[in-house]
Amino acid sequence: MVDHLEVRPGAYADSVSLMQVSRRVSDVSGVIAALVAMGTELNLDVLAGMGFDPPDAGTGDLVVAIRADDPDAVDAALDELTAALAASSGGAATASFGDAPPPRTVRDAAVFGGDLALISTPGDSAYVEALDALRAGLHVMVFSDNVPVEQEVALKQEADERGLLVMGPDAGTAIVGGVGLGFANVVAPGPVGLVAASGTGAQHLTCLLDDAGVGVSHVLGVGGRDLKATVGGRSTRQALHALDADPATDLIVLLSKPPDEAVAAEVRELAAELTTPVVFGLLGPTEGDLTAVADTVISELGRAAPPWASWGERPASGAEDREPGGDRLVGLFSGGTLCSEALIIAQATLGEVRSNVTGDPDLKLTDEVTAPGHVLIDLGEDEHTRGRPHPMIDQQLRLERLAAEAAAPTTRVLLLDVVLGHGAHPDPAGELAPAIAAALAAAEQQGRPLDVVVSLCGTAGDPQDRDTQARVLAEAGAYVAASNADAARTAVAVIA
Amino acid sequence: MPEVNTPLGGLLDGPPRVVTAGVELFETTLAAQGVEVVPVDWRPPVDGLAEEVARIVADPRTEEANRTALERITAAEPRWVGITTAREAVGIETGQFLHAGPPITWERASGPLRGALIGAMLYEGMAETPEEAERLGASGTLELAPCHSQAAVGPMAGVVSPSMPMFAVENGAFGNTAYCTLNEGLGKVLRYGAYAPEVIERLRWMQEVLGPAMDAAVRQVDSLDLRAMIVQAIQMGDELHNRNRAASALFVREVVPPLLEAGIDPSDLADVVRFINGNEHFFLNLGMPAAKSSLDPARDLPGCSVIVAMARNGTDFGIQVSGTGDRWFTAPASVPDGLYLGDYGYDDANPDIGDSTIMETGGIGGFVMAAAPAIVRFVGGQAADALDATREMYGITLGEHPHFQIPILEFRGSPVGIDVTRVVRTGTVPAVNTGIAGKVAGTGQVGAGLVTPPMEVFTQAVRALAASAESGR
Repeated sequence: MVDHLEVRPGAYADSVSLMQVSRRVSDVSGVIAALVAMGTELNLDVLAGMGFDPPDAGTGDLVVAIRADDPDAVDAALDELTAALAASSGGAATASFGDAPPPRTVRDAAVFGGDLALISTPGDSAYVEALDALRAGLHVMVFSDNVPVEQEVALKQEADERGLLVMGPDAGTAIVGGVGLGFANVVAPGPVGLVAASGTGAQHLTCLLDDAGVGVSHVLGVGGRDLKATVGGRSTRQALHALDADPATDLIVLLSKPPDEAVAAEVRELAAELTTPVVFGLLGPTEGDLTAVADTVISELGRAAPPWASWGERPASGAEDREPGGDRLVGLFSGGTLCSEALIIAQATLGEVRSNVTGDPDLKLTDEVTAPGHVLIDLGEDEHTRGRPHPMIDQQLRLERLAAEAAAPTTRVLLLDVVLGHGAHPDPAGELAPAIAAALAAAEQQGRPLDVVVSLCGTAGDPQDRDTQARVLAEAGAYVAASNADAARTAVAVIA
Repeated sequence: MPEVNTPLGGLLDGPPRVVTAGVELFETTLAAQGVEVVPVDWRPPVDGLAEEVARIVADPRTEEANRTALERITAAEPRWVGITTAREAVGIETGQFLHAGPPITWERASGPLRGALIGAMLYEGMAETPEEAERLGASGTLELAPCHSQAAVGPMAGVVSPSMPMFAVENGAFGNTAYCTLNEGLGKVLRYGAYAPEVIERLRWMQEVLGPAMDAAVRQVDSLDLRAMIVQAIQMGDELHNRNRAASALFVREVVPPLLEAGIDPSDLADVVRFINGNEHFFLNLGMPAAKSSLDPARDLPGCSVIVAMARNGTDFGIQVSGTGDRWFTAPASVPDGLYLGDYGYDDANPDIGDSTIMETGGIGGFVMAAAPAIVRFVGGQAADALDATREMYGITLGEHPHFQIPILEFRGSPVGIDVTRVVRTGTVPAVNTGIAGKVAGTGQVGAGLVTPPMEVFTQAVRALAASAESGR
């Protein structure tokens, strides 16, 4: 064992640096103990405690004490000391004094500036983050679902008091100032402003309008519950006022399932007071479908609706020359409103259709992905998206179901929707087309008839390019319709 | 306010700047559209406490209560007004002791706390020898209470016995007073659990000479503005928890003239000045009651989610939250991560101890690390780490201190008013600087460093606050 003790007069370094230096020296192999410190009374005591004879040193002197196994270790320790002292005197910094740490909450992000917050956290956290946004003076779009209705009401009250807008919860689509939020299609600017309680409904309507050369000013999503009595249409009223005052909006469309009566009366009263005309696009068994709403809007603008685009060969109506084979209609949807609309159309002709979006408890499916008889399933519903991305983003589940249903001998016609636009899968047709072609080939081999009908919701401007998508699907053997109602009626007609 | 021509504050007038939280896809699609996006680095609340956090935030009392708490904390005007004995200040009698941190018994007390209690018993004449004192302690007859329960704070073991002199710090804005003993210096001292004869002798000298001299000095000037000194010290590179070098020097500058004028015996005077001047942590025992007196007016606000105390007793780390009153939320204290003196090491260190985390609670200490970059070397960090530490704290606090400004952050106010819901939402725990005590009673200080508060205390507090929340409108 070797002790090394030296005093370096006047070699000052701060105590914190020296503690670090001491640690580096202590860590040298063969070193038993080390102290590199200024000669303060405290440090000299520590030194004595280590068994060194305290040297004659003052507070301005550097004391170096090393106890090691052998002289070589002392030398190594002294080399390390030199390096450590050099490092502690600066110049070793590699980290930059760069940016602030990333914000962890909406409040802290809003500090960097913003007009609107898009919240897509799990539903149980959406309220807290949305409230952060409102309190920072930001409008909010809550994409998240599973937000308790009392939290929705609280958010909308708070927003009302602050002159801010809450879109959602469960608002899938909005277009604000030309920017698509959530899932949104690329549409040309134009005179029609939408207040929409339905995400895919708004997407479909804006796509049809775009096809007809009618542009859109804004789409303000209000969430599926806004027009229910509990929420009372707070966001709808705000959105109507805003679009009324917006110089770019010449016609307002309110797109919703039939609202609660009291709320409907209030909204109608408000609409009558506005200077901008309001078209009520109500979706339901006795109301109309999205294509009909598009027709109305176009004619309100004094134009004629075009024939809605389609690709591929329309399957023959089955009534006359029914071949032997299956008789089931199977729909696999990613868009909730598109599924509901197809359900209404199918029920009108086929009667009993099982679905997870039906209001009929006898025909209601919950977790099941299939059932006997006609089935229309919205794979974008909560029960099918738990722990799995939405089918508009990831088609895994739908591809599995497509293969399984096509192989079932009872299946006669498959009805699918494909939604394009911002946020959606970059090439849904690229995945679906081979699956459709394989299903049709297998059915043909088995000598049973099978048709595939696709409702394609998209625009020419969408990143996926609608026409290319349509062609790929049609080449695989599907009939592709730009109108969801057309697609649904075509599919139903095959077995009607 | 009628907004006739700019509905929704102009939201529809052009492309919005968007803050995104949640699915990353939407951030990407917005950026692809050329939109200015600020993404939140979002993560679910710790322990799945989303519903609890929502219940607290929805409590109609919370927002206003938090605003009040922040206003009160930042409006505080702490002034040193005098020296008083613990007997008068915090109302304890022989056999009664205050200690740092949440409540604890002798059985569960760690080495330094037991050592300090032994020292205090010797000092109070309750025992002749350490062994006798230890037996007395183990007999269960001592009455122990947290300093925090008596408007006091104590560094490290924080043991207060009736005869000790205490600084009295009055919050001029609210009239409340907080107390703290006088700092003994570094090395073998009572607050680190040392009880050797020289420790007791020093305590006696502090009682008989230092205390009266300090009291005489402050009477010459009526009171000393501590907030002003803290403000200056931050700008001089102190964070006022582990580094009190500037503040202690400023204090000497302020206190020596009145000391000289106070008619103190010249030989005592020299000792007093040498003692204060030789201890660069002397100011800590003024900074702590300053922070304590600033935070106490924010206590007991129904629905308030602001942390009003963080403290450790060497065994447990505890916090108190305004909306849950005097209730402590505790979890085992961890051993600080730091640098050690001499040949001491991690194995010699006691778990985290002391009320000095009152500094962080008040928006100083680890929260103003950016102003004290010298401190980061305690953990082998770099100056940029000090900036990050402070900047991260803005994410868990309600506001910025109007007086405690940090030059390198363009004089931004220090992050202050820790909101326990934001701790749980962000998963960020308060940054705490600390000294490290030896775990064997009598050892004294073995190092200094940073400590990570246990997340469990914050989750417990959120659960309790949620349970007492009133439902929203």
